[in-house]
Amino acid sequence: MHGLALSILVWLPIGAGVIVLFLGDQRISLARWVALGSAVATFILTLPLIAAFDTSTAAFQFVEHVPWIRRFDAYYALGLDGISLPLVVLTAFVTVPVVIAGWSVIHTRPAQYFAAFLIMEGLMIGVFSSLDALLFYFFWEAMLIPMFLIIGIWGGPRRVYATIKFFLYTFLGSVLMLVALIYLYVKSGHYSIAAFQALPLSLFEQRWIFLAFFAAFAVKVPMWPVHTWLPDAHVEAPTGGSVILAAIMLKMGGYGFLRFSLPITPDASRELDWLIIALSLIAVVYIGFVALVQTDMKKLIAYSSIAHMGFVTLGAFIAYDIVTNTGSLRGAAMGLDGAMVQMISHGLVSGALFLCVGVMYDRLHSRDIAAYGGVINTMPRFAGFMVLFCLANSGLPGTSGFVGEFLVILASFKASFWYALLAGTTLVLGAAYTLWLVKRVIFGPVANEGVASLQDLNGREFLVLAMLALSVLALGVWPAPLLDMMRASIHHLVDQAVATKLPL
Amino acid sequence: MAEPTLTWAGVAPATPEIYLVMALCAVLLVEAFAGEKRRGLADTLTLVVLLVGALVSAVYGHVSERTTLFHGLYVADELGYVLKLAGFLIVAVTLVYSRAYLEQRDILRGEYGVLCLTALLGIFVLVSANNLITVYIGVELLALSVYALIAFDRESGVAAEAAMKYFVLSAIASGALLYGMSIIYGMTGSLDLDVIAARVGAGHASLGVIFGLVFIVVAVAFKLGAVPFHMWLPDVYHGAPTSVTLFISTVPQLAYFSLTFRLLAHGLAGVTAEWTQMLAPLAVLTLIVGNFVAIAQSNLKRMLAYSTIANVGFILLGFIAGTPAGYSAALYYTLVYVLVALGSFGVILLASRRGFEADSLDDYKGLYARDPLLAIVMLALMFSTAGVPPFIGFWAKLRIIQELWVTHHNALVIIAAAASVVGAFYYLRIVKLMYFDAPVTNAPKPAGHFGARVALGLNAAAVLGLGLVPGPLLDLCARILH
Repeated sequence: MHGLALSILVWLPIGAGVIVLFLGDQRISLARWVALGSAVATFILTLPLIAAFDTSTAAFQFVEHVPWIRRFDAYYALGLDGISLPLVVLTAFVTVPVVIAGWSVIHTRPAQYFAAFLIMEGLMIGVFSSLDALLFYFFWEAMLIPMFLIIGIWGGPRRVYATIKFFLYTFLGSVLMLVALIYLYVKSGHYSIAAFQALPLSLFEQRWIFLAFFAAFAVKVPMWPVHTWLPDAHVEAPTGGSVILAAIMLKMGGYGFLRFSLPITPDASRELDWLIIALSLIAVVYIGFVALVQTDMKKLIAYSSIAHMGFVTLGAFIAYDIVTNTGSLRGAAMGLDGAMVQMISHGLVSGALFLCVGVMYDRLHSRDIAAYGGVINTMPRFAGFMVLFCLANSGLPGTSGFVGEFLVILASFKASFWYALLAGTTLVLGAAYTLWLVKRVIFGPVANEGVASLQDLNGREFLVLAMLALSVLALGVWPAPLLDMMRASIHHLVDQAVATKLPL
Repeated sequence: MAEPTLTWAGVAPATPEIYLVMALCAVLLVEAFAGEKRRGLADTLTLVVLLVGALVSAVYGHVSERTTLFHGLYVADELGYVLKLAGFLIVAVTLVYSRAYLEQRDILRGEYGVLCLTALLGIFVLVSANNLITVYIGVELLALSVYALIAFDRESGVAAEAAMKYFVLSAIASGALLYGMSIIYGMTGSLDLDVIAARVGAGHASLGVIFGLVFIVVAVAFKLGAVPFHMWLPDVYHGAPTSVTLFISTVPQLAYFSLTFRLLAHGLAGVTAEWTQMLAPLAVLTLIVGNFVAIAQSNLKRMLAYSTIANVGFILLGFIAGTPAGYSAALYYTLVYVLVALGSFGVILLASRRGFEADSLDDYKGLYARDPLLAIVMLALMFSTAGVPPFIGFWAKLRIIQELWVTHHNALVIIAAAASVVGAFYYLRIVKLMYFDAPVTNAPKPAGHFGARVALGLNAAAVLGLGLVPGPLLDLCARILH
């Protein structure tokens, strides 16, 4: 049964996307049900994987290994470990609310809208489960095409500018990564990621490869100062596009650091960790302030995403300082645990927040904070959800947002007091910008006639937000299953990251 | 040592050329007797000739190992076999795409097909040339047919200008080629490429050989359209009837690949270090000029012309690697480029109507709303040229970069990567026009064209399919240039 499980997860949504495309706008109600059915089916199919996943080993599981291009020794190789499994489940999970959220609010070319998201889903699962660098790159780049169309066709007024900026930024980073991957292939004769991880490399080579990877992943995360595409893309993307961008695509950058940078170039990572740490702290502190002054709700959440992703990169790269200071691998593992939990949590929370903004936007067609006020008076149920997600975003204990930030801050104490102090400012800044947003939008007297005429959530919207709210709470109250799932793989990763690859 | 008598076995590998000459005469006769009323007849017949030709060369043109015929004037090898087969098929596809366009402009005459066939014959001669004279005959046969094709629409002043321009500049390039050849002949005492290859050994490169080499490189660069010898290319692509642009942007590329391979990589292999040094700055300039100038174009045919120039830069990079693997990467890139160019100009042809040339970028605004098939095909082709997987163009760029890494051309790797990012911009712009903008005209999509639309769909399917499973074509290119 597990023989083809991952292939099914990759190709079922893509196939369904093509079917939806052919059904077209004339048979849109059927197309919608096909889209929803396949999204739900994909998610349900991830559940047996969680059940069957062996948490005691760092080895890849559910592996498929078929020759793809013999000349390059490239394989169609898929598999999951404790780092990729949670991300695959997250992808499959988040696509369901995205499809439901677009159910009746997309009027232009709805069939293509659903098709684009389903194809994206398959490609993203492909990225997380590829064991072959060429296959990884194949999925990684192919994903740009549907995203380019999603922002460009269904986006806001400046969508064309935003989507071309998004594409070129990420394309530039990716091409540099490709150049590095080809170099590694020329050197090792294989395209398998495991072969790259085992390949001895001089410090000089590692440095350049690290920087090439950095170009690709830092743009995707995005890290300051290459983050400028994100607010534009988010603001102009349709709700579903923002959700996928924030919830999944940003995670690819974080995943890339964990899967490629740390294990393939450990010595360069050790040498250049100050760079990543500095940029991460700038993201946390500076971007936190930037978020504070935003007047557009989507932009605010976009900046908040950059700050939160700063925690992911911070958690990943403080490992070296921790090991130097304390000699303990457990501390380093804690930082990586935090980074992973933060990714999953941010996927859920930011996705939910974008959906909340989408709910309001569908009604009043404005994302301006000033256009709202006192929403709780007319949309009490919605306000409840919005407040919950905002609290999770600011890291309230009991929500998933707390676990990741707490682990990373705790770990960064072991690296340096100053890292922890700066990272800790997020507890103040994050609370400031999210709670101020809540105050201005949700509470207070009804601001205008628009708000007065608001209808509360319909069943469809309630279902979507409830799904996300439950998972945010579940992960916040009981993160142990997730941490157990990752444990062996994280330990393996720490071992790889602190080992040296320099030829003796 | 040479065959004393003419036997069938002695000429069998040249079956494609022999067949083509005979078929060409037949089409010419049929055209002459068909009369005004049955204008389409010769065109249909040409199509049949090409398809039968593909079959004939597939069955009879194959040779198991490299053999030379006619006292070494002619070489039959697997490269020739594949390129001839591809030539037959590609010209057939160009005719399928062009038919309606030619009809609309009242230039569907039998000579069109005949000229395509003579050009194809020139290409075949070039592909199988093993002697400087054969090379020259092939180049001229191809060029003369193309001059006539460009000026085929007698009423069009732009086309006449383009033909004139091409004729004059091409004559200079031919002069350079002949001059270079004569010097090489003077230095080596032979016109036979095998003998030249043996006499121009590594380390023995005299100044005279290098002097001759310079002229040959200039001529090759001109034919390929490498900067700074590219000036003719945008004007010709723009001025020629679109069906002719489609023709000259596709099949001759196979011949020019072969020209570069036979002259430089085979005949002058002894001075590989010298000619790669000459080609390197040309390739870099070609990549930069092609990509940046393409951004400024508002005419799709001109934009694709500059895109061709940029692609030529990549093909040159494959040659610069200077290894058989590098040449096979260049061959793969050429085949991929031809497949994509075929579709791109095909879309322009199918988007055109009577009295309306769909070559301004504005004509593509909102194409998706008007004609989804064309828009989807164009989307695939543009992303393919930009080098985005899952389309085939990605593998072409990957192969080139791979071979450059292997041969330690580190700076060229970075330039190639950067150029492909710049290139992505103008390909994206086409997608943007088709998908994001509202249509400026609400002209209905032209009816008919059924065959051409099916062919276009298959063309795009090949771009996707060979992108998903690139192995076989990669293996083929590697095998024939091992």
